[in-house]
Amino acid sequence: MLHRFLRALACVLALLATPASAALDPALVAQLGAEESDTRVEAIRKLVATEDPRVIEILKALDGDALALLDNGRRAVIVSGGQLTDAATGSAAGPAPANLETVVINNRIRGEVGAALAALRLGSGDRAERLAAAKELQGSDNEDALPIIERAMAKEADPEIKGILALAGASLALKSSEPELRARAARALSATDDPQVRQLLATMLARQKDGSYTEADESVRAAAQASLNEINARLRTTEIGAALFSGLSLGSILLLAALGLAITYGLMGIINMAHGEFLMIGAYATYVVQGIFRSHFPGAFDWYVVAALPVAFIVTATIGMALERGVLRWLYGRPLETLLTTWGVSLLLIQASRTIFGAQNVEVENPSWLSGGIALAGGTVLPFNRIVIVLFALAVLAAVWLIINRTRMGLFVRGVTQNRAMASCTGVPTNRVDMLTFGLGSGVAGLGGVALSQIGNVGPDLGQSYIVDSFMVVVLGGVGQLAGTVIAAFGLGSIAKFLEPWSGAVLAKIIVLVFIILFIQKRPQGLFALKGRSAEA
Amino acid sequence: MDRRQFIQAGGAAALSCTSISTAFGQDKTPIKVGILHSLSGTMAISETALKETALMTIADINAKGGVMGRQIEPVVVDPASNWPLFAEKARQLITQDKVVATFGCWTSVSRKSVLPVFKELNSILYYPVQYEGEELEKNVFYTGAAPNQQAIPATEYLMSKEGGAAKRFFLLGTDYVYPRTTNKILRAFLKSKGVAEKDIEEVYTPFGHSDYQTIVANIKKFAAGGKTCVISTINGDSNVPFYKELGNAGLKAKDVPVVAFSVGEEELRGVDTKPLVGHLAAWNYFMSLKNPQNDAFIKMYRDWAVKQKLPNADKVVTNDPMEATYVGIHMWKQAVEKAKSTESDKVIAAMGGQTFAAPCGFTIKMDETNHHLWKPVFIGEVRADGQFNVVWKTKGPVRAQPWSPFIAGNEKKPNSPA
Repeated sequence: MLHRFLRALACVLALLATPASAALDPALVAQLGAEESDTRVEAIRKLVATEDPRVIEILKALDGDALALLDNGRRAVIVSGGQLTDAATGSAAGPAPANLETVVINNRIRGEVGAALAALRLGSGDRAERLAAAKELQGSDNEDALPIIERAMAKEADPEIKGILALAGASLALKSSEPELRARAARALSATDDPQVRQLLATMLARQKDGSYTEADESVRAAAQASLNEINARLRTTEIGAALFSGLSLGSILLLAALGLAITYGLMGIINMAHGEFLMIGAYATYVVQGIFRSHFPGAFDWYVVAALPVAFIVTATIGMALERGVLRWLYGRPLETLLTTWGVSLLLIQASRTIFGAQNVEVENPSWLSGGIALAGGTVLPFNRIVIVLFALAVLAAVWLIINRTRMGLFVRGVTQNRAMASCTGVPTNRVDMLTFGLGSGVAGLGGVALSQIGNVGPDLGQSYIVDSFMVVVLGGVGQLAGTVIAAFGLGSIAKFLEPWSGAVLAKIIVLVFIILFIQKRPQGLFALKGRSAEA
Repeated sequence: MDRRQFIQAGGAAALSCTSISTAFGQDKTPIKVGILHSLSGTMAISETALKETALMTIADINAKGGVMGRQIEPVVVDPASNWPLFAEKARQLITQDKVVATFGCWTSVSRKSVLPVFKELNSILYYPVQYEGEELEKNVFYTGAAPNQQAIPATEYLMSKEGGAAKRFFLLGTDYVYPRTTNKILRAFLKSKGVAEKDIEEVYTPFGHSDYQTIVANIKKFAAGGKTCVISTINGDSNVPFYKELGNAGLKAKDVPVVAFSVGEEELRGVDTKPLVGHLAAWNYFMSLKNPQNDAFIKMYRDWAVKQKLPNADKVVTNDPMEATYVGIHMWKQAVEKAKSTESDKVIAAMGGQTFAAPCGFTIKMDETNHHLWKPVFIGEVRADGQFNVVWKTKGPVRAQPWSPFIAGNEKKPNSPA
């Protein structure tokens, strides 16, 4: 008797302590792992309706591959750090057995979970979480979410979140049966930049096959038309802005790839076919530094890219100087031999990296501050890594310009390139200057490699894809001129990006090449020609 | 016994040995096979692993007694991603090295380059990569997928409710024969399913293209017109910049899924996969499949990588063309044993109907007539660790249709080599 009483008491206490947990039906939670997606979606919706605080944790586990089924699929558990927790009750369920298979989800379920989590998080106390949830709901077409959004809007104090919620609510209200509500929603939507909303408005204005409008009510149509015009005008500006930005971004990448060459080829006149491989070495240096940070300083991992810059510079500059001392200095004044030798060196470097790091590309992870981007109107995103690369290219350019034009070393470099014999007579150590200049050019290429590792492949062939572009930029810009290189890089980048939307990537590349051929016919010395006696040297 | 006697006795013994072995038809000399994969140049990234797989499989067969009691001796050459060099190296393998069969090629253009050589010299090529079909040669056995074993099921999946019920299709590829032909087939297939012309967009990029800003922006714009999926036949190095751009532009798999036909475990090793979770790939084998054959296959390759001191040996992965290579070599061995000969014509005749319990978890069969394997189709979603979760699969192996019914004029082509 007493025994039974105690058990009942325990039950009551448990109910009181965690009133919501008891409400979760373990079978419903286990249904998340069902075979059929329809069954799972049903389970997710029912779980959200319970508004139980545990549901967020369960859905997060499902989203993160951490939900597993036990007892022939009758009990759901959350796996975390080798320990199991019962999903329905939250009580510990012992260590995870080996080979425990977690529940596999597909995109449909992932979308459903995302929307469900967003709806639940609208009630969260954390502003950032509510904001993310509101944004997530913006694209949703789940009409069931409308009441949740309205309820959250009533409670919401933050104007930004409220604004987003209003838009999300309005795009759902467009489907309402009352013309008055629809018109109000259409007017409210003029503030949105969501391309899907634009599509919705456009469909309202479209005529059906029998000539009637999809949207029957005249005033609603007028409101939709006004909103649509406003959105379109705004989107056009951002589209042009985005195209400009992508041209700038491609230009800055070309500049980073070509800047080192502008020094070694442009100033020193060495046709360096191994230039691309210096980019590659810079990128591999980033990879190695990343590995060191991952194993030794995981806390500072986000800053490995910054640490990689000096490492890449020193490594490539050293290899560059060794190449100059060991090979190139015997070949000054013999461009053809230089070309063949450096080409051989490039093959050597490629195969060496293949032997050391393997033929496969290696993974270089973007640090978190380089991932993502700034969202503009119309869903256009300016990625952070590209913005940073543009700034980085300008910084490297400024540094190189300062070194060449404002330092004693730069003076020597200019002196030696203009008249080697005279410079030598006045006591300039030309051999050392040659070595240091080539080292500088190679080091700058190494810095370019660090930047390239953030947007593309890191593999033995990385350099091959940039060498032609680099020469194109330097030759077009005019040999011996930094300014020409800069203008050529940004010019080629922008032309390629403006051509691409209407000609396609393949044709754009061809058109750019044809343009360069024609241009070189007209001006063989490039955009900016050196004037005076030095030009003939 | 003085020295002369000793030499005479030895000679006699050696002679008798040879005569005995000839009398019993027991040739103990090794059988030479060629391995024709690029170990340098752009394709090295993909093909190096196939060379390793072939060497591993041959070493394994040799350790278990070889073929008809004879050891297999692999002859490895490097055609350096240079298509004409493929033909040259193939000729060298067959005429100078006297190989009886060759395992090799990756790109369709390299296969087309060596075809005339194999036909002229009547040797056999085992081609292990998914391709565009439209080919059926007596001297080639295709152990990779034909379009109906990869591209079409994947597109059907994307159109299904489970796959997101896509209404608009962005076909994105590298500009060469495989993507062009595949997209031609897909376009015809989509039209047969009632998809309108304006809902299909076809875009190509040059080999090695690395700036996907404009294309990703266009995908976004295109996706505003309805549920969109991207079908990617981008090959080789361009995939990394494409996926990085997708991740940074915030295009998520649940909004615009990308299904790729040339991206597998090996390609994803070079990518940070966290932003790619949920994007899809269609193959006939995934490393994440759970079955005893696959466990053994993966273990064998891992051990091999450690033993050969391959770079990053602790992180090696297996993929679909590697499995196809493994299956191809085993089927060749079985065919040789059935034919009791390494002569091309006899082996070709014995190949049809060969079966093998493959790492994909099925016992798959070389078709009796059309030189292609029956293969199961899997569709996988990228996981955060660079592996794939299988979200859809066929019930069993599917017969290949090298002549796609979606290309006009194919109805009359025979399903066996002319």
